[in-house]
Amino acid sequence: MSLLELNEVKVHFPVKRGVFFDRTVGHVYAVDGVSLTIEAGQTYGLVGESGCGKTTLGRAVLRLNEITSGEVVFDGTDLAALPDEEMRRSRRRLQMVFQDPLGSLNPRQNIESILAEGMAAHGIGANRTERRAKIVEVLERVGLPADALSRYPHEFSGGQRQRIGIARALVLEPDLIICDEPVSALDVSIQAQVINLLEELQESMGLTYLVIAHDLAVVRHISDVIGVMYLGALVEEAPSDLLYAEPRHPYTRALMSAVPVPDPEVEDNRERILLRGDLPSPANPPTGCRFHTRCPWRQAERCDTERPVLTELADGHRVACHYAAEIADGTIQPVRELAERIIPEGESVAVSEKADTGE
Amino acid sequence: MSTKTDKIDRLAALTAQRETTTGGSLWVEAFRRLRSSKMALIGVAIMALFVVIALIGPWIAPHNPTSQLWRDEVFTNRGEFVGPRGENWLGLDHLGRDQLSRMLVGARQTLLVGVISTVLGFVVGALIGGVSGAALAFGGRAGQRLDTVLMRFIDMMLAMPSLLLAVSIAAVMGQSLTTVMIAVGVVQVPIFARLLRGSMLSQANADYVLAARALGVRRRRVVMGHVLPNSLGPVIVQSTLALATAIIEAAALSYLGLGNPDAAQPEWGVMLAQAERFFDEAPFMAICPALGIIVTALGFTLLGESMREALDPKLRS
Amino acid sequence: MPLLSVDELKVTFQGQGRRASTAVSGVSFDVDEGQVVGLVGESGCGKSVTSLALMGLLPKKGVRVEGRADYRGTDLLSLRPSAMRDLRGTQLAMIFQDPLSSLNPVVPIGVQVTEILSRHRGMRGQAARDEAAALLERVGIPDPTRRLKEYPHQLSGGMRQRALIAMAVACAPRLLIADEPTTALDVTIQAQILELLKELVDQEGTALLMITHDLGVVAGLCDDVNVLYAGKVVESADRRNLFAEPAHPYAHGLLNSIPRLDAPRGQPLNPVRGSINDQIAWADGCAFAPRCDHYTLECLEGAPELGPLAGAGAPAGHQVRCVNPVRERLETVTLADVGAGDDSPAEPVTQKEETSE
Repeated sequence: MSLLELNEVKVHFPVKRGVFFDRTVGHVYAVDGVSLTIEAGQTYGLVGESGCGKTTLGRAVLRLNEITSGEVVFDGTDLAALPDEEMRRSRRRLQMVFQDPLGSLNPRQNIESILAEGMAAHGIGANRTERRAKIVEVLERVGLPADALSRYPHEFSGGQRQRIGIARALVLEPDLIICDEPVSALDVSIQAQVINLLEELQESMGLTYLVIAHDLAVVRHISDVIGVMYLGALVEEAPSDLLYAEPRHPYTRALMSAVPVPDPEVEDNRERILLRGDLPSPANPPTGCRFHTRCPWRQAERCDTERPVLTELADGHRVACHYAAEIADGTIQPVRELAERIIPEGESVAVSEKADTGE
Repeated sequence: MSTKTDKIDRLAALTAQRETTTGGSLWVEAFRRLRSSKMALIGVAIMALFVVIALIGPWIAPHNPTSQLWRDEVFTNRGEFVGPRGENWLGLDHLGRDQLSRMLVGARQTLLVGVISTVLGFVVGALIGGVSGAALAFGGRAGQRLDTVLMRFIDMMLAMPSLLLAVSIAAVMGQSLTTVMIAVGVVQVPIFARLLRGSMLSQANADYVLAARALGVRRRRVVMGHVLPNSLGPVIVQSTLALATAIIEAAALSYLGLGNPDAAQPEWGVMLAQAERFFDEAPFMAICPALGIIVTALGFTLLGESMREALDPKLRS
Repeated sequence: MPLLSVDELKVTFQGQGRRASTAVSGVSFDVDEGQVVGLVGESGCGKSVTSLALMGLLPKKGVRVEGRADYRGTDLLSLRPSAMRDLRGTQLAMIFQDPLSSLNPVVPIGVQVTEILSRHRGMRGQAARDEAAALLERVGIPDPTRRLKEYPHQLSGGMRQRALIAMAVACAPRLLIADEPTTALDVTIQAQILELLKELVDQEGTALLMITHDLGVVAGLCDDVNVLYAGKVVESADRRNLFAEPAHPYAHGLLNSIPRLDAPRGQPLNPVRGSINDQIAWADGCAFAPRCDHYTLECLEGAPELGPLAGAGAPAGHQVRCVNPVRERLETVTLADVGAGDDSPAEPVTQKEETSE
């Protein structure tokens, strides 16, 4: 049985306006129907650009955001239906690591107090001495000295702070850790240290990760399965290597081709699809396929009226595109107005400025 | 010769030089910064002087502040006011009382009015603001309603001119020192309430609060252990500034004749009020209490401002 | 002669009562006409301070700027503020990381663009408005006449950065300094902006000084690359040479530590150990030594000089500030028996490092 299963999860934030009592005038469709499963011991990577709802989805799993509808089944229990107090207790098994290592640590607490807080909330360790022993053990695991206990967050470097954030999750011995942009706030040379640490911990403690990040290279490095999100929905899901080798959704292709590779040889000989325009607002998402306003392969009628569902193409490879097969075998060619394709020999296709900028 | 240990020792020696001094908690560091700020030192000095005078004033006063010792002198030469002289350093008032003694003894009343009314405003304001902020951030739908009700009430208080509010309270409760304290305190309530609520709301969205919730920390502990302590900084700073305004406002109420009915009891605001009639003939009578109020208010303001700077986390090195 | 020649630029901050701290401690590099030069490094390496110093945008109080920066025969660092203001906007222009805070929020885009046109090119009225619209169109903003009337907050992040680029190129500057221009943007938008910058350089012959922490961006855009560490250039090379054979242990370690999209999965990363806080003063030795796996006693005797990379077949212009560059060491390690030399690395270079590139 899978450890975590999301069924048609929706998180809509009401947009309110009013003089005395607020009236709901609309919704931001931050997460709009996401279904996915994460197996125990696996790392599931969720990628997408800002505003795609990946962070909201991660928080919804922990019910830090209220879930509008859908199920979040964790180890057989639907978290979405749990009463508040039971949800609070089940958070011991689901933990989170945040993007901003300094911001996510209370500046007035020393490290011992930060790490002991969760243990106290869940009744782990009978007294202070027992808790301290556990904390010291975990600190060592994440590569921090034991004398860190009495120090304060601002006395540490960025990488060390993120280690504290990881230790805070680990002391509760969780089954699933949701890592929300765990390295994007860190310096390049520090990112690798934290990624390696996460991988080591997974191996030695049998952890399951849901890694949320915008950096496709990082996600590909640590994930077994990757889900690509666009405007609140999954557009493609596949095992990491397969997704890189054969991206099938037009958005995935564009996203992948936009990631710069630190190698001039590769950079000079890479086909790139430059999308025109910006992300539409999740408060007013396009009809039909959410991506059709920017999709270079868009077809008349069907794409802007019918919303594609995630369908399995091959084993474990799911795509939400009406024309995934046709695009793959080349029957459908990209429309030039919507994207510039830069092909290796520097021969770029001139395009007109007809693009939709979706404001 | 072991090159490897050599290498390590050398490097250790060089890196050790750059080891920074380890800081303490946020409060300890703020205090350290406060100590090195000239502005704060001046503020504290003024405040300390004021408090000392308020405490020992009655004992060091050279004369009885209420008895009209030089009454005849002032009354016989009608309109001839006595300015500073050897016997009375700050001169005499219109009833022939020693100004210096009245200043020294009056400091206590002034301080009492300032402190009690500010504490009153702080406690009630923080209570309303705290409940309101906590309710809105963590109370769900019911909390939102509660917050709306409380805040509209506060808005109504804010909408009324503060002095007018104080005057109405004084009018209802009658003329007494307690009235002045309550009136001035009530005026401060909406300021503290709004400030704490706003500060709590911004802290409630901070990542570490989210992290605490994700840890499974109970709601009450999240509010009391994380949100509240981190929200208090601006409110504490405000309270020193409020103390300054409270003294001025209390003086204004006394000036309007709503203060202590026993007009013989010295209080800086009352003294200023009484001096007004004779301002043309005897400006020094007004200058003494006015200067006292201004300097004291300045002292509190200086301290408040430097505390604001010291507590600002962005300035931490 | 290069367009801009920076020589031993040094920037020291002296706060009241605080210890002086050196942000840039002797940076030298050249930018030729029409060339894209990269300044790469992590936070705190002094790359942004360098750009601000060149533009004369550092506060006067508490900051000491030393060295020379020759731009067509004038020293930018000793220029009077008024002369510098004239130069900025006409000859030099800068693009910042955060487009929202670089634009005035209460003034429409159009007014902000025409302001520059009237100040530096003396254009007025309809002519200025037409030129502004043409500029916006030039940087790929659709429907420019409508956009001119809009306020910065009505534009998306990518559009704002385009507007900022339009303002920067309004007077056809010879040198454009871009400080992390794409860091705040999403990757698909980043690709658009990088393409736009490339186009500007190709078509207008503008020289571009690109300041970034992203080695991927550098690989695709820059001609020459300078790697900064702790306020000094530690390696300087043509982009191909740098990425093919990074010689400084820092550059080498950095390149090996980043996960690559095209790398096969399952290989552990090789992080550079420690953090930027583990640093020694350049006066005492190589600042990178505490994080370096290969430092020797020689590394702790004053700052190493930036010199040409030695060895057979070393490309011209490849300079490195290291007494024991990776390139040479790789040769010795493969030739001699590992462990025979008394100064062999504490932990031998991993197999992957030896075989990579």
